Amino acid sequence: MSYIVDRRLNGKNKSTVNRQRFLQRYRSHIKKAVSEAVSNRSITDLESGESVSIPKRDIGEPTFRHGSGGKRTIVHPGNKEFVSGDRIARPPQGSGGGAGGGEASNSGEGMDEFVFQITQEEFLEFLFDDLELPNLVKRQLAGLESFKLVRAGVVSEGTPNKINIIRSLRQATGRRIALTAASRRRLKAYENEYEALLDTDEILRDKQRVLLLEKEINMAKRFFILLYLFLQRNYEKIEVVFIRHHTSAKEVDEQEFFYSRETGGTIVSSALKMTDKIIKDRFSPQEWNIYVAQASDGDNWNDDSPICRKILTQHILPVVQYYAYVEINPRRHQALWREYESIQQEYGDYFAMQQISDPTEIYPVFRELFQRKSNRSSAA
Amino acid sequence: MNQPDQTAASDVSTRTKRNTPLSTEPEWTFELIEAYDNAIGHIAHDTFELDTYPNQIEIISAEQMMDAYSSVGMPVGYNHWSFGKHFVSVEQNYKRGQMGLAYEIVINSNPCIAYLMEENTMTMQALVIAHACYGHNSFFKGNYLFQTWTDASSIIDYLVFAKNYIRKCEERHGVAEVETVLDSCHALMNYGVDRYKRPYPISAEEEKRRLKEREVYLQQQVNELWRTIPKLHDDEDEASVKCFPEEPQENLLYFIEKHAPLLEPWQREVVRIVRKIAQYFYPQRQTQVMNEGWATFWHYTLLNEMYDRGLVTDGFMLELLQHHTSVILQPSFNKPYYNGINPYALGFNMMSDIRRICENPTPEDKQWFPDWAGSNWLNTLKFAMQSFKDESFIQQFLSPKIMRDFHLFSILDDASQKEYEVLDIHDEHGYHRLRETLSAQYNLSMNEPNIQVYNVNIRGDRSLTLQHIQHKNRPLPRPQYGQQHG
Repeated sequence: MSYIVDRRLNGKNKSTVNRQRFLQRYRSHIKKAVSEAVSNRSITDLESGESVSIPKRDIGEPTFRHGSGGKRTIVHPGNKEFVSGDRIARPPQGSGGGAGGGEASNSGEGMDEFVFQITQEEFLEFLFDDLELPNLVKRQLAGLESFKLVRAGVVSEGTPNKINIIRSLRQATGRRIALTAASRRRLKAYENEYEALLDTDEILRDKQRVLLLEKEINMAKRFFILLYLFLQRNYEKIEVVFIRHHTSAKEVDEQEFFYSRETGGTIVSSALKMTDKIIKDRFSPQEWNIYVAQASDGDNWNDDSPICRKILTQHILPVVQYYAYVEINPRRHQALWREYESIQQEYGDYFAMQQISDPTEIYPVFRELFQRKSNRSSAA
Repeated sequence: MNQPDQTAASDVSTRTKRNTPLSTEPEWTFELIEAYDNAIGHIAHDTFELDTYPNQIEIISAEQMMDAYSSVGMPVGYNHWSFGKHFVSVEQNYKRGQMGLAYEIVINSNPCIAYLMEENTMTMQALVIAHACYGHNSFFKGNYLFQTWTDASSIIDYLVFAKNYIRKCEERHGVAEVETVLDSCHALMNYGVDRYKRPYPISAEEEKRRLKEREVYLQQQVNELWRTIPKLHDDEDEASVKCFPEEPQENLLYFIEKHAPLLEPWQREVVRIVRKIAQYFYPQRQTQVMNEGWATFWHYTLLNEMYDRGLVTDGFMLELLQHHTSVILQPSFNKPYYNGINPYALGFNMMSDIRRICENPTPEDKQWFPDWAGSNWLNTLKFAMQSFKDESFIQQFLSPKIMRDFHLFSILDDASQKEYEVLDIHDEHGYHRLRETLSAQYNLSMNEPNIQVYNVNIRGDRSLTLQHIQHKNRPLPRPQYGQQHG
């Protein structure tokens, strides 16, 4: 009289809540591990999780136990040589089970640290924890989001009046062809074509746009990848515009921005002009929260820097929510930095600048720039 | 290990019956599990007269097994970060391949719930059914500690109640608030056990009804105790109020639940829940060797019986024996993977030894166990299972033969001496004292510091004084955990 129950279909993640609570409780440890990981590994390698280690003593749950000391008698198995009255030297502390007390750990490594893996999702969550775009204002309260339904594929069952005749016929033909070995190549081509037909999706309209200026430097790329990930992850409706420049500026796509290798001269104002133009043409400040992040090695033609200042103060800063400038430069600052410093004094709330001289500083600087500031007024 | 050769005699007679084996393939199916369960149950109940709760066999996946693991065997558990920690470490070890999952988890409830992992072969499933559904199950039903201290029919109800109650508390008072109380209770969990009074069984409905009553009533009690309105003759009181509590109290959680003045009613209930669960697990902690030994003995005996009847194949037996021997492996003290005495090994060998002493007693056995050497083995074994806990079981039934087979020896670890001293070994002089020492090793009250509520300063700062009574000069550890838990 036994009942046999198949429980395999029941939820398997009964421990998820407990796991979350555990991560919550040790978030400071995990954050530390995450920020170390970011400085150590290549930024493009964000697809994996990270292993976090927490000292055993921080994670223990207290109980009343006996400490070492006093007298204990212990029974062990496996005696071969001892007779009563023998004296045995104490094994050195922690050297494994041996003749020592039963408590010593014998599995060797890793007993002082509690090590576990967090997933990529959790990794990113901790990475961007407490960060936000400053001065964000709701430009349009409602109605901007509209959906258009588009057929996203074909299902294999349904009423006959919905049948996709062409496709069905093609499939039938394809099947017939497939049965004849000589025509397999043609079938392959058809299949590729069908696949392309299936890819459609919801179309979203968007609210915020971020302009990125870029100077061809590896560290800057890492900074931008971080920023890009952060935006993609934390904000639903964004539009990102990438601008790169040498002597002249160019609007580029994501692929080119992050992976292109060309370099050249440096006229910063060209990029700023381009930015200004794009904002005027496509992003009305009434509708958009506009953020600009600029990274540069600080090299600029000297007589160009005052022009940058002019464009910034007259055209760009009045319409953007926040302008972040990162100078990637282990050496002395040049004219551009000094011009920007004076801007910062005027526009403290909307303009931030930081210097990065070493890859390990990228993440801390990034945090600094986008740290959530609770007391900031939200009026633009 | 050294097994009485009980199969040899029956071999000839039973082979002639030529039963067809239940299965020849390693894959299991629900029909096969049912067939095996029937066959094993038939042998267990009819041939060996084991008394069991009905079984509820649940097939689960490896992930679910990890979940079950981390909730320390509670099929329904409230949420707490420490279970998450446990889960994370189990998951980590399992994924790295450092640890296999337990083949089975069995819950002391009525019906008795046993989890079978879907990854296992048919042989393993049969082993688990015999081990858990008939071994552990009959132990839960028969052993006096379980009979006295736990109530198998109400535990699931109670755990459901506890989970819901704690969830409601979290909704009302916040997760952090509840977590703080639970943290503190967990620290004292081992000191939340009533060792003398029998807790009475009640259903979930009953529990809910009483909850309200209790809240009101308890708060009144406490207010009474801590009343600050001065009485007429204050000076007389000094003398009459001696000490509170009058006798030291060993159940710290119970004491806190009943007497702490500033606990909210829901906090009291949380303390009570942790205390109840500690109480439920208390017998399991006291009968590890016996429980595992009993279950291992029965899976071995039951499946051998099936083999004798021709119900299982040679291949089945080989796979079974391979698992069986690795379960009862006892590494000696100087092996790197030695981790104390293996309760499966000790328990299984003692159980088998009792059968041997009953069936083929040697003169030594007759001298050591005059009462039952040569008696009916099944009755003696059941008597042993029903009436003892690890400590007394070893004291009564550990034979010199087992001590010799295990090469047991005892050492004295005196912190004031530079070296260990070997006290007794498995020889004529040592047997008795060795057995005493080993038995004491399974006495829970020797392993945990003896800490009791000594005094409460009810007139002053309300401080609670705990008293630690040292045993053999063993101190409490120096504080190293205190920082974050306060």
